Amino acid sequence: MTAETLYGLCAAALVGLGLFGSIVDPQPARKILSFNLLGGGVFLLFGIIARRGATAGMGADPVPQAMVITGIVVAFSATALAVALVLRLFETTERATLQPDAPPRPSGDGADPDA
Amino acid sequence: MTVDLALDAGLAALVLAVAVWTIAARAAFAAVVGFVTYGLLLALVWVRIAAVDVALTEAAIGSGVTGAVLIAAAARLRPTETLSAAERPGRGLRIAAGVLSALVSAGLAVLVLYPSNPAPSLGPAAAVHLAALDIGNPVTAVLIAYRAVDTLLEKVVLLLALLGVWSLAPDRFWGGAPGQRRDARDGTLTLLARLLPPLGIVVGVYVLWVGAVAPGGAFQGGAILAAMWILVMIAGLHDAPEISRRWVRFLLVVGPAVFLAVGFTGFVVANGFLSYPAGFAKPLIIAVEVVLTLTIAVILGLLAAGPPERERRQ
Repeated sequence: MTAETLYGLCAAALVGLGLFGSIVDPQPARKILSFNLLGGGVFLLFGIIARRGATAGMGADPVPQAMVITGIVVAFSATALAVALVLRLFETTERATLQPDAPPRPSGDGADPDA
Repeated sequence: MTVDLALDAGLAALVLAVAVWTIAARAAFAAVVGFVTYGLLLALVWVRIAAVDVALTEAAIGSGVTGAVLIAAAARLRPTETLSAAERPGRGLRIAAGVLSALVSAGLAVLVLYPSNPAPSLGPAAAVHLAALDIGNPVTAVLIAYRAVDTLLEKVVLLLALLGVWSLAPDRFWGGAPGQRRDARDGTLTLLARLLPPLGIVVGVYVLWVGAVAPGGAFQGGAILAAMWILVMIAGLHDAPEISRRWVRFLLVVGPAVFLAVGFTGFVVANGFLSYPAGFAKPLIIAVEVVLTLTIAVILGLLAAGPPERERRQ
């Protein structure tokens, strides 16, 4: 077994783990975390494809590598936005849940009229 | 089994173990610590598969800055954790999710075990024009020259994400500073926030500069600079700026604006949008990378700081 195959199988397992976590965990913040774990596995699969495309003078195909670098940055910006949304949800309802029947916080201190 | 393969097997097992811990950990804070460790181990994996550029980005952004955002969120959301535990899905859904995830993993594993042969590669195509661009690092060439449109659009995505985060602020805080003011206390964090930034800034600028010929570049350098800024803000040594400040707005748009200007100049002096004139490719690429690094550092830092939570002072 080569190192690429080994890390490829590891990446496949990471995608499964991240998917499982993002479905099963009820807390939105933990779902975001699991989704990032899933993303790490997908990026690693790209890395394996890049490594298999190694040519003379290059350890790995540069195009998938560049896509992964772009992907990591975009994944971070999406994560930051999602986390900000969850925190705002917590601020307005004092809960952070995706349950549709969660009671809203009684209006008053801190709750914005425009929210 | 060779020593190298044993090392790889150990690293892969460690990554998987930390990933399982991250998913299974009871407390959200522990899970985030697991996630940061996972990111750093993944960076080692990237080095092992000869993708040092990606390793730098993963360590700085995927693990470092994302970790900072998630840790801050976990600390704030701690009161909701016990409530959420009651919402755990039933056994049936958990088994179904497990089967689905295992199927996805198995499908990907089959792709890994039976890949297409010979492996497709754009490496030779990327190598052809490296000499004309005077760039030694093919990954930088792909990011800033061959696929420059992707990089440009990605800056726009970053800006949109920041606008999205800002727009979550209540109206009365618009234009104010993000987060609550922290007071500097004497401690390990303050000491680190004083010691590390001078080194970190040098490393960040070096990584940016060396990106033309070796692993490094605008993303990696910008992320390191942002990490230093975030460290100083978390330690309370310097307050986050109000988002209505002119210099903040200027730094946010200068990178994409210069990139766009260079892109449109390509219509006049070269073959079209985002193409560089012969002989001037390298200085133009370096100039674009310098301003992009500044913009990336400011956007990443402000994304980590979150929406404004204080009223505007003036």
